[in-house]
Amino acid sequence: MKVKVISRSTDEFTRERSHDLQRVFRNFDPSLRPQEKAVEYVRAVNAAKLDKMFAKPFIGAMDGHMDAVSCMAKNPNHLKGIFSGSMDGDIRLWDIANRRTVCQFPGHQGAVRGLTASTDGRILISCGTDCTVRLWNVPFPTLNSYETSNNASEPLAVYVWKNAFWAVDHQWDGNLFATAGAQLDIWDHNRSQPVSSYEWGTDSVISVRFNPGEPNVLATSASDRSIALYDLRMSSPARKVIMRTKTNSICWNPREPMNFTAANEDCNCYSYDSRKLDEAKCVHRDHVSAVMDIDFSPSGREFVTGSYDRTIRIFPYNGGHSREIYHTKRMQRVFCVRFSSDASYVISGSDDTNLRLWKAKASEQLGVLLPREKRKHEYQEAVKNRYKHLPEVKRIVRHRHLPKPIFKAAALRRTIMDAERRKEERRKAHSTPGSISTVPLRRRRIIKEVE
Amino acid sequence: MEKELGNVVAERILPPTEQEISNEIDVKVKKYMRGEGANLEVLKDKKLKGQLSVIEDLYGKSAKAAAKVEKWLMPSEGGYLETEGLEKTWRIKQETISHEVDILSRRNQHDIILPALGPYSIDYTSNGRYMAIAGRKGHLALVDMKDLNLIKEFQVKETVRDVVFLHNELFFAAAQKKYPYIYNREGTELHCLKEHGSVLRLQFLKNHFLLVSINKFGQLHYQDVTTGSMVGSFRTGLGRTDVMQVNPFNGVIATGHSGGSVAMWKPTSSAPLVKMLCHPGPVSALAFHPNGHLMATSGAERKIKLWDLRKFEVLQTLPGHAKTLDFSQKGLLAYGTGSFVQVLGDLSGAQSYTRYMAHSMAKGYQIGKVLFRPYEDVLGIGHSMGWSSILIPGSGEPNFDTWVANPFETSKQRREKEVRSLLDKLPPETISLNPSKIGTLVAVKKKEKKTKKERDAEEEAAVDAAKGITMKKKTKGRNKPTKREKKKHEIIEKAKRPFLHEQIKEEELSRKRSRLSEEVELPKSLQRFAHKKTVT
Repeated sequence: MKVKVISRSTDEFTRERSHDLQRVFRNFDPSLRPQEKAVEYVRAVNAAKLDKMFAKPFIGAMDGHMDAVSCMAKNPNHLKGIFSGSMDGDIRLWDIANRRTVCQFPGHQGAVRGLTASTDGRILISCGTDCTVRLWNVPFPTLNSYETSNNASEPLAVYVWKNAFWAVDHQWDGNLFATAGAQLDIWDHNRSQPVSSYEWGTDSVISVRFNPGEPNVLATSASDRSIALYDLRMSSPARKVIMRTKTNSICWNPREPMNFTAANEDCNCYSYDSRKLDEAKCVHRDHVSAVMDIDFSPSGREFVTGSYDRTIRIFPYNGGHSREIYHTKRMQRVFCVRFSSDASYVISGSDDTNLRLWKAKASEQLGVLLPREKRKHEYQEAVKNRYKHLPEVKRIVRHRHLPKPIFKAAALRRTIMDAERRKEERRKAHSTPGSISTVPLRRRRIIKEVE
Repeated sequence: MEKELGNVVAERILPPTEQEISNEIDVKVKKYMRGEGANLEVLKDKKLKGQLSVIEDLYGKSAKAAAKVEKWLMPSEGGYLETEGLEKTWRIKQETISHEVDILSRRNQHDIILPALGPYSIDYTSNGRYMAIAGRKGHLALVDMKDLNLIKEFQVKETVRDVVFLHNELFFAAAQKKYPYIYNREGTELHCLKEHGSVLRLQFLKNHFLLVSINKFGQLHYQDVTTGSMVGSFRTGLGRTDVMQVNPFNGVIATGHSGGSVAMWKPTSSAPLVKMLCHPGPVSALAFHPNGHLMATSGAERKIKLWDLRKFEVLQTLPGHAKTLDFSQKGLLAYGTGSFVQVLGDLSGAQSYTRYMAHSMAKGYQIGKVLFRPYEDVLGIGHSMGWSSILIPGSGEPNFDTWVANPFETSKQRREKEVRSLLDKLPPETISLNPSKIGTLVAVKKKEKKTKKERDAEEEAAVDAAKGITMKKKTKGRNKPTKREKKKHEIIEKAKRPFLHEQIKEEELSRKRSRLSEEVELPKSLQRFAHKKTVT
């Protein structure tokens, strides 16, 4: 006879000394964990609820401007620095960590309409309605704060030109920058006059963005409702697409540099493949008023938009609806938004003269996380993702409180669109089969493509 | 040809031991896969297919990792009892075993004789460390089984019918003469649960924090012990019984009744989920296998039946009478009758239980309850003269999981676990026969078309209802018989209208369909005369 029974000596299964860690034994047998799926589901629901409870995206407002904030620029070389320009000609450099002004760049007579920094972060370029382009030296950031060469800094150069400017953008790699105004001008840092100019049509150009992948390619939008692509190596513009409404701003996807997203006046954003402009890749709907500005996260997976409806939304790059909406009672029309260079913050500038700092993930825990905390967050994210299709979890995750005017406007828009769709369907049903074809939304707002 | 050669070479390279190991791990992986993977071939959506295949891949990997952990990292092996030659396992006495095992295990064989306070009922905590005992004559005690240390013992001076631990050893509930009470570890009475009445048997659902009781009048009560709210209370309507057991797999409560039926209950419905006739006479005991698919019942007609709960069919009928039944973690079935305990085992692995071990107590002892101690090879027996514990090799799970149930739990770990289990507390709605349904979507059913007969019946019913409406008496002039008749007619017409509409719509549809089919069916020579679609 051979016999063995389970016998556990206490020494083997407990710690030796009191300052040792407790010993942990694992047995992953499913039969030890009855109803594990139900437990996991409850955890998913709880995780969704916790997420909602901790969703406090607003970090703080930065006040100092005397007029509406019209434009912003990131400092590519310094995470904490952001430039903002206002309608009264004031330009400020902010320290986001301390939420205060580091220095000001006085000089513009009218509104500042465009701001951009060179890729090395040394030079700031601004332009405005006073028909000047100004180049500024950016104060050098020391380890913890900016040098206190505070306040008045003199411009490196002031270039006066024939027309008022609407936007400026610097090349990602190189010495050129482009301004948009009556026409598109390409400038060099050291020349007082544009290196070259492009004109296509008579209407003014209102925004310009260089391609992050190909330094010589840029996209502009004009008030004749067109989006045009230019190649600086060619003497004439490459191609353009004309839409039904004006595009206010454009942003290239930094991870897929052939794609860009256009913030349109008709409340939608349109993602295009620059090689195929006859159809948008994706239409991002949710805003209820004109989208004023757009900026991609450095990860390229999502972008932030600011709208005239006083809200900021964050969209996935390939999703039709926003994942997040930010609003406060005091925030007015949003004119400019930027994603921070580490993809964890969003900065918005609005009509109420403030810059506002938001978290990109509303319920993210800031600060240094312990490994255990990190694992916990990852687990919660995973269970939430696993059960995201179930009604209870979905309802909690999707729910957002909206300001009343936005809620009403969204409902109205929905009614209008439903009515249009219904009418279309009925017309189709009552006409000869095949005589009416439905144009998908991705193509509906495009009038034509011009080579 | 080359391919075949390659295969042959690969087989030769692998030494047989490695091959065996990989086979063994494959078998274990199956357990951790928790069922078949999704069939992705039928999916048409490529994106979804890709996402799902990634997820399935992850499942496979984690199952494999778990299987490897089981193969290589488990600290202890299970117990066993093997015989040579003509020896039979069921003839081996506890004394013989005690000579062979180590001194620690020998301490698990003991008889505690307490003749005065009469038949004892016992319960273990889920980690197997503590035992609560309840003597019929009011003796309640808590014992730490690791060092056989009596933690607390007190006398309630009242009949005590059953005792059950709540989520940890700090609290236990005892069914006393008039009401059940909740005590803490120090023996302080915390709650008197008057709503339950005089309870015959108690059970505790660990995942749901529900205390379940069945009282003298056959009423079933579910009480949430965290909030104190009564989640459900129903009359079973099947008479007085003290046979009640929880199915650990899904949290369903089963009660055995004197009519021979077993009913299964959940807290959210007053009607039983299942009512099955198991025995011709009264059901005397029942128990569930930890995997939840096997139920053992015993009847007064001296038969023990094993049921497959997936099909609700008898798997096996064994002779023998059982006053009490219990399944161990590894699936051994113990039953006690008179002063005799028999342990059955599924030794062949083909779901046929045969006798494994047996134990006789001293003559005249009446066994009231047998209960396997979790994570140990120990069977606890509560009987009329006290309580005993014997060794049953191979009954317990050898490897515990610190985060599930830890026999060496410190008070800090216990506190932490309490908080965690409260966070994961399941709502009572999660109790259902098939817990794997939870967390899945209900497939949208296609609207079934009504048959003509059904539609006619409905129409008739609607018309009858319309005819039955009593009309108000109107003022003079409006109450003329003609007007009343007209009104009545109108009401009936109104009731008929929706059905008529439906009929018209359907006829139209069928006409359209027939027109379409006509077009298709035209012979080739006539097709050129058919009405052509305008092409844009």
